[in-house]
Amino acid sequence: MKPAPFKYVAASSLDHALSLKSEYGDDARFLAGGQSLIPTMNFRLARPSVLIDINGLKDLAGVDRSDTAYIRVGALTRYRDLERDGDFLRCCPLFADALPHIAHPQIRNRGTIGGNLSHADPASELPALAVAMRARMRIKSSTRQRDVPASEFFMGLLTTDIGSDEMLVEIAYPAMAPRTGTCFQEVARRRGDFALAGVAAVVTLDEVRRCTEIRLALCGVGETPVDASAAGAHLIGTDCNDEAIGAVAAEVQDMIYPSGNVHATPDYQRHIAGVLARRTLSAAFQRAGHGV
Amino acid sequence: MASDRHDIEVSVNGTTYRRDTDSRTLLSDFLRHELRLAGTHVGCEHGVCGACTILLDGVAVRSCLMLAVQANGHELSTIEGLAGKGNALNPIQQAMHEHHGLQCGYCTPGILMTMTAFLKENPSPSEDDVREALSGNICRCTGYQNIVDAMMAAAEALRTAAS
Ligand SMILES: Cc1cc2nc3c(=O)[nH]c(=O)nc-3n(C[C@H](O)[C@H](O)[C@H](O)COP(=O)(O)OP(=O)(O)OC[C@H]3O[C@@H](n4cnc5c(N)ncnc54)[C@H](O)[C@@H]3O)c2cc1C
Ligand code: FES
Ligand code: FES
Repeated sequence: MKPAPFKYVAASSLDHALSLKSEYGDDARFLAGGQSLIPTMNFRLARPSVLIDINGLKDLAGVDRSDTAYIRVGALTRYRDLERDGDFLRCCPLFADALPHIAHPQIRNRGTIGGNLSHADPASELPALAVAMRARMRIKSSTRQRDVPASEFFMGLLTTDIGSDEMLVEIAYPAMAPRTGTCFQEVARRRGDFALAGVAAVVTLDEVRRCTEIRLALCGVGETPVDASAAGAHLIGTDCNDEAIGAVAAEVQDMIYPSGNVHATPDYQRHIAGVLARRTLSAAFQRAGHGV
Repeated sequence: MASDRHDIEVSVNGTTYRRDTDSRTLLSDFLRHELRLAGTHVGCEHGVCGACTILLDGVAVRSCLMLAVQANGHELSTIEGLAGKGNALNPIQQAMHEHHGLQCGYCTPGILMTMTAFLKENPSPSEDDVREALSGNICRCTGYQNIVDAMMAAAEALRTAAS
């Protein structure tokens, strides 16, 4: 037996799960896909005294496209289901680029989008996507509900704005403006490993292919996903030529402070971030152009 | 803390088992120690190696990253259920045998369960698809090439059998 003892409760409804969480607070954890929580419990890095299993809450899973302004994804939606949902991938093409980089098929069969974002690993792809796409997180407790923009949700290493009595229930991704192209790329040492650095780019053009908006977010190079959209100022109003893209990439390299790890020095991470910024912006620009 | 026990009922390879289990028992340990189905191997116990892969309602998962209580009411398939009558190897097992897809065999149950689900969903995979599908299963012996060859052959054998 690897994990320390705990009390297990399979929640029978969202209300049940939330009332248990408000009762036990920080001593309790929600069990979603378990693909981060169980390994940390097996190492005894985490020793929750109560596990609230939310896997039975089917209403928490699924993609809702009924609202034209937002694509709404339930927190319990598994990577597996997103990967196989062609309509969703067309609406949110950054996911088509990013999902195959997350771990391995067996882990994607269990892992959930809500568990991923609540866990808030800064090397993970999806927090960077949430920042790049300006997602809104719907957070619920027994007594209230609030929406938090991704820019305020990730507060530090493995730390989010979710309170001890709250659950992330839904993530809303704004529908893309016309003539928008996106691209996510990362570098990892082995297939499925966490990224040494990754970049998500979103480029929007006007009718004459001048750039009107840039979103740029990085994973793996800080304690939270890094919003580097400000560096995109070099591109606004331009035709996204190589020189302008190079200027953005250089500024991105100045904006980040990667810490290095066993696989890469900080300099190498910074180098990769610059290369990926250039490549993802070029690709996103090309893709946006197809919609002109 | 007093131990937290739960009555669970699971179906494994078509046989129903009822057991009383501790909430902190991992599904991998439950299969091996409680049900004595030790064909499911454990390597790392934190999701990295793939040796413990089984099918949960037909979907490949890491049994070391699930609790036994979570399997309550579900159908599991393990390596013990693959062979046919009289232990006749099924086409995927037969291809592994013929292509020398294993040496020590430690990774083999996880690989066979992973590829059983994969080939069902992707009957005509490319070699790249097979490599991607195998990326979550570490093998320290074979160098993978023989496993890839075996899976391409198994896919063909399964297609022929189905046509
Ligand atoms: C070998 C391996 C490789 C991996 N590689 C990658 C990778 O490359 N990229 C990547 O992004 N991830 C990777 N992961 C992690 C994986 O993506 C996890 O699935 C994910 O981080 C957590 O999602 P989960 O649903 O499994 O959550 P769980 O493990 O169940 O939960 C994680 C945390 O979030 C909390 N939680 C869960 N759901 C909610 C909710 N709705 N509201 C509030 N709190 C909640 C839990 O209490 C827990 O603290 C890897 C995992 C493994 C084992
Ligand atoms: S033992 Fe489960 S993945 Fe290694
Ligand atoms: S055959 Fe020995 S680990 Fe794969």
